[in-house]
Amino acid sequence: MLENYIREKREQKDILLMTHIVLGYPDFDSSIQLARTMVEAGVDLMELQIPFSEPIADGPVILKACQDALQTGASVADCLDATRKITASLDIPFLFMSYYNILFKYQVERFTKVAAECGIRGMIVPDAPPEEAEDYLQAMNKEQLAPIQLYSPNTPDERMRYLADFAQGFVYCVARKGVTGQDTAFSDDLDQYLARCRQATRLPLALGFGVKDHKDIDFLKGKIDIAVVGSGALRILNEKGVEAVGDYIRSLR
Amino acid sequence: MVKTGYYGEFGGAFLPEILIPTFTQLKEEFARIKADPTFWEEYVHTMSTYSCRPTPLTFAENLTHHFGGASIYIKREDLNHTGAHKANNVIAQGLLVKRMGKGRVIAETGAGQHGVATATMAAKYGFDCTIYMGEVDVKRQRPNVFWMEQLGAEVISVKDGSKTLKDAMNAAFRDWAQNMDDTHYVLGTASGPHPFPEMVSYFQSIIGQEAREQILKYAGKLPARIYACVGGGSNALGLFGAFMDDPVELVGVEAGGKGLPSKLHAARLASDQATIGVAQGYKTYFLQDDDGQMRETHSVAAGLDYVGVSPILSHLSDTGRVRFAAATDKEVVDALRLSMKKEGLIPALESAHAFVQAFKEAPDMNGEECIIINQSGRGDKDIFTVADAIGDPQWEQFIREKAEDYNA
Ligand SMILES: Cc1ncc(COP(=O)(O)O)c(C=O)c1O
Repeated sequence: MLENYIREKREQKDILLMTHIVLGYPDFDSSIQLARTMVEAGVDLMELQIPFSEPIADGPVILKACQDALQTGASVADCLDATRKITASLDIPFLFMSYYNILFKYQVERFTKVAAECGIRGMIVPDAPPEEAEDYLQAMNKEQLAPIQLYSPNTPDERMRYLADFAQGFVYCVARKGVTGQDTAFSDDLDQYLARCRQATRLPLALGFGVKDHKDIDFLKGKIDIAVVGSGALRILNEKGVEAVGDYIRSLR
Repeated sequence: MVKTGYYGEFGGAFLPEILIPTFTQLKEEFARIKADPTFWEEYVHTMSTYSCRPTPLTFAENLTHHFGGASIYIKREDLNHTGAHKANNVIAQGLLVKRMGKGRVIAETGAGQHGVATATMAAKYGFDCTIYMGEVDVKRQRPNVFWMEQLGAEVISVKDGSKTLKDAMNAAFRDWAQNMDDTHYVLGTASGPHPFPEMVSYFQSIIGQEAREQILKYAGKLPARIYACVGGGSNALGLFGAFMDDPVELVGVEAGGKGLPSKLHAARLASDQATIGVAQGYKTYFLQDDDGQMRETHSVAAGLDYVGVSPILSHLSDTGRVRFAAATDKEVVDALRLSMKKEGLIPALESAHAFVQAFKEAPDMNGEECIIINQSGRGDKDIFTVADAIGDPQWEQFIREKAEDYNA
């Protein structure tokens, strides 16, 4: 189980790292190489984003990567192939991140089945709130995949508890308002929010959106279980290439 | 789990968690104003003193004789302040924003009509205003960009994706996800997550309420058929609402672009090329590929150039209550020319789509029958596009000389 993996890892490390890559960006070989580089640099979990043409929860950096991948013709089938290669050779849990339409068009149950066959352990689908996505939750349960739920700073306590009922693996706490790829000022304001998250669920907590350097991660140690680095690593990839991403990840903890 | 905002299998609110509390608030506020008769009174009063409501229903005598069939009536939404039906929705949402106590509005726009209407409303009510517009549309609707900026709005040219309406909508959602505390997103059509389809249709229903009363007064009977163009679906649903329970045929006309086989169009319901999907926060028919990636769309009319369509219309299409047709770019320009020559009316390119289908059908109807066409907007904004389509050499000459003046 994903949750057990996280708890065991946490006994060895004071904070875990989850990174993110966009499948097919800049091409599939690079995605595979990037995943390997990240795992070698010590990453504990990874999101593999299947590009969608309308990523409303993503900011400019990830948005552009998704668009570029689609422009080069990256298909869902290609993403699944690359995923098989990644999970076969790398021994950490991988999650899919995408938008509901990708699952819906593939047929949700068929998609979760193929995801499980590809060695995927859970999914983050930001536009699939439980009210709308019963089929998704059921299909995930059937395959024993974790449907990761998200909290945000404006989520009321009651709704946090409601979401916790559907959550497995861990809960992804969005650090601030807005979309991915903008700066977050990590300050004590966060403590109150994280305390609310803690109250609502007994699952491990991940925190993402704007986590980008050693200082941010130091600040988060002891407060959460998993720090999520998304756009930060993608920026390094864009500016300096795959090798530099490994150095960047090693610099974070 | 409670699902709300569904029309058959279409609609819903597929939202990122960050926006859920904002939509909860919006649903509550909308329920409140719907239950409060003073809201509708204030709305009608504002529209009759700031805009030109009730808008006239014009008997198109010359077109009627020209086609020799049904009597043709035209609902004049072009006579609204800012020149389109968009003003109805925008003023109503403006009144809602005042009640919610927010100080900033944002909007997406395709043709620019909704953007101009929103910028106008923001000026009137003292709101800050940001308009998102696809880069392609900024280019083809420059005059509207000019007016939005003069009205005090910030216009952001969206360079993502296909750089048209859907991308402007995504950008507006991203802004809202950050700034919801003080910002309201004035969505411009009857699409998007619940409650927007219901709310925008409700505000636009004023069109049909007036038109039904007017046609009974002028023609002494209900129309046999009524026609409206369909982008996101707001002017169509606005007109159709009051006739829903009448023996009246409802006809929605989509952008046929360069023809359905060319795939360069935005015919979601009139073609069999769209499939059910979930994007931009709602479930409807989208023009998308087998993976669920949205396709490029095309129309001479920026306001119809959209991959999705109102979930309410998807439902009414499936039930057969609304019939859908598509008009090509070329047919649209021809219909526009005929309307100008015969009636002195200049419909927007969007609206002219409805004219095309009505013109195709009117000759075969009998003289006892009447029809209504919704002229959702005025065509002045399209002067550059229309002049090019018509190929007017003097206009081209004028633009050249004007450019030289600037270069001098
Ligand atoms: C004049 C006019 N008519 C129609 C439309 C299409 O929108 P809807 O289908 O919401 O009426 C637009 C959109 O910009 C418009 O400007």
